[in-house]
Amino acid sequence: MSESLAQRARAGDRRALARLLSEVENRTSVAEAALRELYPQAGRAHLVGVTGAPGSGKSTLVAALVSEVRKAGRPVAVLAIDPSSPITGGAILGDRVRMQAHAGDTDVFIRSMASRGHAGGLATSTVAAAAVLDVAGFPLVFIETVGTGQSEVEIASIADTTLVVQAPEMGDEVQAIKAGLLEVADIVVVNKSDRPGADRAASQLRGMLTVGAQHDRAMGDRPRPKRPDVLLASGLTGAGVAALLAALDRRDSARRAALRDGQPPDPAQIARAEAQLAGILAQRLGERLREPGREEERSRSVRAIAAHELDPYAAADSLLGLLHDGKG
Amino acid sequence: MTTRPIKVLIAKPGLDGHDRGAKVLARGLRDEGFEVIYTGLRQTPEMVVSAALQEDVDVVGLSILSGAHMTLLPRICEGLRSQGLDDVLVTAGGIIPDDDIPALKEAGVSRVFGPGTTIREVAEYIRGNAPSREG
Repeated sequence: MSESLAQRARAGDRRALARLLSEVENRTSVAEAALRELYPQAGRAHLVGVTGAPGSGKSTLVAALVSEVRKAGRPVAVLAIDPSSPITGGAILGDRVRMQAHAGDTDVFIRSMASRGHAGGLATSTVAAAAVLDVAGFPLVFIETVGTGQSEVEIASIADTTLVVQAPEMGDEVQAIKAGLLEVADIVVVNKSDRPGADRAASQLRGMLTVGAQHDRAMGDRPRPKRPDVLLASGLTGAGVAALLAALDRRDSARRAALRDGQPPDPAQIARAEAQLAGILAQRLGERLREPGREEERSRSVRAIAAHELDPYAAADSLLGLLHDGKG
Repeated sequence: MTTRPIKVLIAKPGLDGHDRGAKVLARGLRDEGFEVIYTGLRQTPEMVVSAALQEDVDVVGLSILSGAHMTLLPRICEGLRSQGLDDVLVTAGGIIPDDDIPALKEAGVSRVFGPGTTIREVAEYIRGNAPSREG
């Protein structure tokens, strides 16, 4: 069953692809088997993370980028993530509202995902879903994150290219030199360029993001800040979108050339591998601690920690000890 | 994970702009623990079918107040079937005369919710009738 889902998805069966993505979202054994099968073929697609504050226009911009990509006849997929309720587990996935123009076009595949608050973060499911889309024949995958604040930088460990979307009037120059989201950007887009203040916002961002550029060399081997391009665009009118896509494609060409030359994985790929492994390890660990025979001890520890009878470090060590002693 | 949220597509086919009901329902179903994909106004049958396919939803909820339900709803049901989405539960709400309900059921709409329906009723109907999937 799993084999056929993966094979059908790879052969272009969109229904099978949609089903397989559900398996991935639900973290089923079917998904795991499929991912084991597909993983060696994945890693070709350009994964573009699109992040920014709620209302900055991420969905509209992605829709405009999709239209631009389709002008060239290239297939494109979108993973649009919206938050799950921490209370009921429910979610409103509303990103499609802006992307419905492409319905019926089989070379555009849009999938909404609820963040679901999984142990190990969203990274595992997102990377897995992107790998499935990659193998199903989408060489470009946009991953639209939940609306973010200042420091939700997880997307940078998932995507090859991180696009940070800003809107005019979102803050002064001090906002632009704060640590966090802007630091992980490969490209900063000031969206809503049709609105007043957009030029000013872009020039302020440019000014601040390049502050200290001459200091970079002096930093030697220490981690350096990225120096992202700042582009102006309007998802609504389409202005600047072609230039933005061209900038993305330039990054992709460089990435593909490196892939062809058999260069070792770049820092983004290593970070993605780290995130995947960490997520799966956390998931596996959680599952094993919930197995019969251990679950009782685990929940006893949780109650003891809550009552301050046991410190969480000791509890973690003793639970890890359980894994060594038992069936291993 | 055994408790998988039920996925519901809420769409408004047709040309009327009265989306308050659809939004209230989307919000209400969110609070009932469903994952609700909201596609907004003025959806063609093709858009609804394509969204249902790509999102792999369990339920399609259609809100329509324009009077075009006898044309649009059967077309959506037909589209879903043609894509192999036979097991998707289709419900409708809005302004739909009682006399039209038998024909809509015949076309594949499993339940029509009229004015005055509570969110709880809709949620319970979905929980009781959404296709069960192993997984």
